[in-house]
Amino acid sequence: MSSSTATLVHQPGESTGVTNAKLGIWLFLASEIMLFSTLFTTYIVLRLGAASWPRGWDVLNVPLGMLNTFVLITSSVTMVMAYAKAHDRDLKGFQRYISLTIFLAFVFLIVKGFEWDAHFRHNEFPSTSIFHAVYFTLTGLHGLHVIGGIIVNSGLLYLSRTDFDHPLFVGRVEGAGLYWHFVDIVWIFLFPALYLL
Amino acid sequence: MSQDSHSSSKPFYRYFFSTDHKVIGLLYTITALFFLLCGFMLMLVMRWQLAFPGSPIPFLGHILSPALAPNGVMTPDFYNALGAMHGTIMVFLGIVPLGVGGFGNYVLPLQIGAEDMAFPRLNLASYWFFLLGGLLMLSSFIMPGGAAQSGWTSYPPLAIINPGQTVWLFAMVMLITSSLLGAVNFLVTSFNMRALGMKLSRLPIFVWAQIVTAFLLLLAFPPLEAASVLQLMDRIAHTSFYLPQGLVILGMRHIASGGGQPLLWQHLFWFLAHPEVYVLLLPAMGIVSEILANNTRKPIHGYNVIVGSMIAIGILAFVVWAHHMFISGMSAVLSDFFLVTTMIISVPSVAILTSFVFSLRGGSIRFTTPMLFALAFLPMFGIGGLTGLPLGLTVTDIYLHDTYYIIGHFHYIVVPGSLLALMGGVYYWFPKWFGRKMNDTLGKWHFWTSLICMNGIFFPMFIQGLAGQDRRYYDPMAALHSVPTQPLHVVSSVFAGLLFLAQIPFIYNFFHSIRHGEKTDDNPWQATTLDWACPSPPPHGNFTKPIRVYHGPYEYSPVGHKTDWVPQNEEVLA
Repeated sequence: MSSSTATLVHQPGESTGVTNAKLGIWLFLASEIMLFSTLFTTYIVLRLGAASWPRGWDVLNVPLGMLNTFVLITSSVTMVMAYAKAHDRDLKGFQRYISLTIFLAFVFLIVKGFEWDAHFRHNEFPSTSIFHAVYFTLTGLHGLHVIGGIIVNSGLLYLSRTDFDHPLFVGRVEGAGLYWHFVDIVWIFLFPALYLL
Repeated sequence: MSQDSHSSSKPFYRYFFSTDHKVIGLLYTITALFFLLCGFMLMLVMRWQLAFPGSPIPFLGHILSPALAPNGVMTPDFYNALGAMHGTIMVFLGIVPLGVGGFGNYVLPLQIGAEDMAFPRLNLASYWFFLLGGLLMLSSFIMPGGAAQSGWTSYPPLAIINPGQTVWLFAMVMLITSSLLGAVNFLVTSFNMRALGMKLSRLPIFVWAQIVTAFLLLLAFPPLEAASVLQLMDRIAHTSFYLPQGLVILGMRHIASGGGQPLLWQHLFWFLAHPEVYVLLLPAMGIVSEILANNTRKPIHGYNVIVGSMIAIGILAFVVWAHHMFISGMSAVLSDFFLVTTMIISVPSVAILTSFVFSLRGGSIRFTTPMLFALAFLPMFGIGGLTGLPLGLTVTDIYLHDTYYIIGHFHYIVVPGSLLALMGGVYYWFPKWFGRKMNDTLGKWHFWTSLICMNGIFFPMFIQGLAGQDRRYYDPMAALHSVPTQPLHVVSSVFAGLLFLAQIPFIYNFFHSIRHGEKTDDNPWQATTLDWACPSPPPHGNFTKPIRVYHGPYEYSPVGHKTDWVPQNEEVLA
């Protein structure tokens, strides 16, 4: 029994039609949606209750935020390409696109780092005002998710040298891709909420 | 996936790093029982202060450092720390890990006919996050600043300016991570790993209870995680998410920028903590259904009603949270909304309890030890639930809020309710865990003494609360109106001490029976569900033969069958 069912776990389940890994990732993302919904709700409640709230473009660097938005959207495209290459069993292509995704994630973090650095040099810290508290906390938590994505994608790049033909490999890339798109979508909500509203 | 478990020969690795759901389930059970004992002992110390305010604590008073208890009398700060940690430990380290991590991990894969959980390594990670988070929480007592002092609810601004809260928040984030990993695992396992023929309509009610619980954990815990991070920012980075403008503390203007909202924390906290109440309760209800069906020798009454009600509770649990906040200064319009949803959520709870009572009718009841615990759950949960109604109605809540009445109410739900049922579960599944039974005589002594003591502790609190005694006071004699009912604290405290003694036969029985209990066969209770269709204890991979399910979970006393039970994996030819 043990050996026969062990080979079954990556095949679609009887009733849901998706693999364990994919179902798990979707459930994990559901909890992540609750996490970021809470943060956005906090933002809305605090903003509505605030005596004054700065306009995002007066305080934040919109061109850099815009650049970062394009960087992340592009990285989502390269992530899809990496999945497509893994699906088509093209190892070199997969490695090229997953590396590009990791590179773009680093670009995002570096740009973000320049933004934060500029704030710190102007003596703007999370404790400065409630707006800054929201800005630093939300972008910081999103940044942690980007770092998480870098770790997962780097793991896949490393594993691809030996495990590319593992039956679970394509599913793992797909799971990492779903997570990465989620990180992207969170930024697509964060950017207008903080910079443009 | 799980081929690497059990391969190590070193006992430490075999027990603490096994990815087998059964080992992890037992680890959870024993760890949670240990934490329950810790949380209970904190309360015993508090009860001394309530019963005999201002007198030195016997024995312990001399051991505690003078900072906590000068001349053996505890300080108000220490009392507050004990209260906060008692609540936190009992909820997050005791009942939930026992009901979900312990029973869920061990029994759920067996009952659906799976060889293990969907993600065995995540399961192990979940246990370790729980253990380390729990130890971190306990260790806050010996850290500079001491343990958290702001109640298990950690309301700001108090929680942000009190010492000890940072460790609480870090530990909390670890415990939440543990729960999230567990919840994902339980759901994927229940949906994807069921044996052939195990349709959703054939799942035992215990499994349904775990599924609803896992959804609650999955969707209700992240808001608290976010809220905890924000409170952590308030403490570490001096932001003001929960601090209003112009806050004055001890005559000093607080330096933070302000502009935040203390009420926001209460909303986010209760958005988790009300579903958490059902997380405490649903696994217990699942256990009670299994024991009731098995010991009445008839199918559970109203399977669809019970499962439907559990799902309804799972959905409604997300829209009742603010009934904890009627007197917080929240809008009265909101109060009306939450009053109505609170009254609605009592309907499915009553439907479940009624189905349980009807399940007894016409059964040939066996008064086994687990059955006693399950039977006691019914009236105890009834008392706990009915005393909750005046708290859900705004008019009566204004009077009763923050009195001992509330303490009595929720303890009736959780202690003689959930905890009794969970203990019944220990007696019920013990033969599966170890292939031996726990001693019946000791079990019955444990049951009757515990039941009487629990009522002795919590019933006087209703009287105190109706007399207006405040729940958070360090010295009950400080308010004139609580002086007449203060002697009832002596009654509660004596029974609390006796309850502690009543657990000694249980602890002895548990560890003694592991090696010396009466040996049993694979299915000693003659039960129908799949957890009894494998050897006791089950080997790695659980089942020794392929499992196929032919009918629903509670086929007891079928007409014209040679035995009075038909296992789910036995085909009946009509």
